[in-house]
Amino acid sequence: MAALLGRSCRKLGFLSSGHGARRSVSTETGKSLNLYSAINQALHIALDSDPRSFVFGEDVGFGGVFRCTTGLAERFGKNRVFNTPLCEQGIVGFGIGLAAMGNRAIVEIQFADYIYPAFDQIVNEAAKFRYRSGNQFNCGGLTIRAPYGAVGHGGHYHSQSPEAFFCHVPGIKVVIPRSPREAKGLLLSCIRDPNPVVFFEPKWLYRQAVEEVPEHDYMIPLSEAEVIREGNDITLVGWGAQLTIMEQACLEAEKEGISCELIDLKTLLPWDKETVEASVKKTGRLLISHEAPITGGFGAEISATILERCFLKLEAPVSRICGLDTPFPLVFEPFYMPTKNKILDAIKTTVNY
Amino acid sequence: MALSRLSSRSNTFLKPAITALHSPIRRHVSTDTSPITIETAVPFTSHLCESPSRSVESSSEEILAFFRDMARMRRMEIAADCLYKAKLIRGFCHLYDGQEALAVGMEAAITKKDAIITSYRDHCTFIGRGGKLVDAFSELMGRKTGCSNGKGGSMHFYKKDASFYGGHGIVGAQIPLGCGLAFAQKYNKDEAVTFVLYGDGAANQGQLFEALNIAALWDLPAILVCENNHYGMGTATWRSAKSPAYFKRGDYVPGLKVDGMDALAVKQACKFAKEHALKNGPIILEMDTYRYHGHSMSDPGSTYRTRDEISGVREVRDPIERVRKLLLSHDIATEKELKDMEKEIRKEVDDAVAQAKESPVPDSSELFTNMYVKDCGVESFGADRKALKVTLP
Repeated sequence: MAALLGRSCRKLGFLSSGHGARRSVSTETGKSLNLYSAINQALHIALDSDPRSFVFGEDVGFGGVFRCTTGLAERFGKNRVFNTPLCEQGIVGFGIGLAAMGNRAIVEIQFADYIYPAFDQIVNEAAKFRYRSGNQFNCGGLTIRAPYGAVGHGGHYHSQSPEAFFCHVPGIKVVIPRSPREAKGLLLSCIRDPNPVVFFEPKWLYRQAVEEVPEHDYMIPLSEAEVIREGNDITLVGWGAQLTIMEQACLEAEKEGISCELIDLKTLLPWDKETVEASVKKTGRLLISHEAPITGGFGAEISATILERCFLKLEAPVSRICGLDTPFPLVFEPFYMPTKNKILDAIKTTVNY
Repeated sequence: MALSRLSSRSNTFLKPAITALHSPIRRHVSTDTSPITIETAVPFTSHLCESPSRSVESSSEEILAFFRDMARMRRMEIAADCLYKAKLIRGFCHLYDGQEALAVGMEAAITKKDAIITSYRDHCTFIGRGGKLVDAFSELMGRKTGCSNGKGGSMHFYKKDASFYGGHGIVGAQIPLGCGLAFAQKYNKDEAVTFVLYGDGAANQGQLFEALNIAALWDLPAILVCENNHYGMGTATWRSAKSPAYFKRGDYVPGLKVDGMDALAVKQACKFAKEHALKNGPIILEMDTYRYHGHSMSDPGSTYRTRDEISGVREVRDPIERVRKLLLSHDIATEKELKDMEKEIRKEVDDAVAQAKESPVPDSSELFTNMYVKDCGVESFGADRKALKVTLP
């Protein structure tokens, strides 16, 4: 079925680093790890380096449904790594309280699709705590991790990309890694960042993405986008697993003589406007792609901002290739997804505008 | 008939009190509706209410129907397991085998006007409500002829004409919804009730307590049924709940703890609960049950419990075996008849699977249908709210 085609596009070694692109993590080699192992390593380091850090959520004790928390309970004890009952609102609220006492609370929400009961706590409590108490209190130690995104057969409630809802909340940060090496560094930055952070992990890549990950403690700065592929004709902006698809489209476009510049946003809130602006001023064209539905998706924010900043430099309208405005479907997933061909089509249309 | 009143005490299974006859008069297999009274093996435990009697009124026809329906459900779940492993069912698949007594016992006590709403472990509840096997398999495989037109999948079976409000993926979300259904029934003076099913994992969700408060405040005819299969995915109840006495969690709401593997006990409890709810408002039924499979098809089900435990329950408490023993001991059917029935059911299920495999997937245009009511897209007005009007598709 068409589902197989969609899946084969995602099978990968991993995303090549850009040539001469700005790299914020060293290019040293490390061990070959997949995404869940890299995240696991980051958690081990975080708990090791700060005795006041805790990891909790549903089923994290035995390693979690995606194995991200393997070995933590054994190593750091059940007082610091523990399971919670099934109550997302309670879990996040509890994490906010723990963080307010100066601890690092690393909360796991089992699937991003289940984060909505906790939405009130995140928006109304976590994001506003420092602000409303005049900096007397804060819950900066809070980091919420959740697997997000399509996985090929996840259906309505195991595939959602809710990042746009959270990008609309001043007071928190939203971070999405694209690969194992990035994930480890970004997660450590999130945990140590003195602001509450929501960290979405592309679940498709948990096993699929394999990369050399340095074994030591390193952090990748937040709010810094990275140009992972340089080009001159069009700028593509994305995050998470979607970048793989976009890179494939870039390779195909190159065969037709179109030189694409690909940017990984990494942090969506607050996002690195300068890098994207500089790139669009160079190329004059912008294409944004994300799995979440197009209306009200984060691509809209990027489009509006770039329009304000680069209006006279734009050669074509900003293009958004995103999920459709439907609930994430079950059997129709291949039609819903922003695939390589849709992106390639849009690249060509934009360049030939 | 003279033998129609048989009352027997029981430990683990039931023995007829009368053995004096040379050749016991056999009831005809399917048509006898004369009442039989059977004692449940386990007594009911109650909270803030009276327990129903342990003597359950039933009939040969009914008990045989229990057997047939449960065997059909069991066979369906096993077939679904095979289909999932063959990758014909994608996505998530949560199987109900072991818990069948709940679905059939409940149906025996209520009508199709009473509403049922449940979580994602809904295949057997759908069949209990009168759903057809072929509709179930089609939906599981994402075909057009499925009960939700192939758009829902395993977790979203619905049947409007039987007041089955489905199949919900988010844990606990169906509880306040169910109380809303009960409110509507009360408002419309339907004389019907709503059974709101949720699991021991969902019992820790805040929305349960919100819904309980509202239901009790407004005396809604809502029966909250906690299907306690002792494991919330991989977490045992003693590790997730301070108070695993789920029937008491309602505090001010009366509750009853029921042996959920005994179809007759379930029937009795549901009958009692319906009467209670129509007069006095909400009641919680905690069904002590067990699932043989893991949480879903991705869960082997043996990392958090021993295989001995699973096979132990299967030996001692299996709902189908209990009913089989009942049928045999009451001479309602012979072993051979029951085995033949099972063979027929197996064939029925296999035929349904084959038929479902033939059906087509939904057309790709269905991706956009049923989001909004057709042709009722968004309307947008200009600043003066009169002249300028745009209808978005």
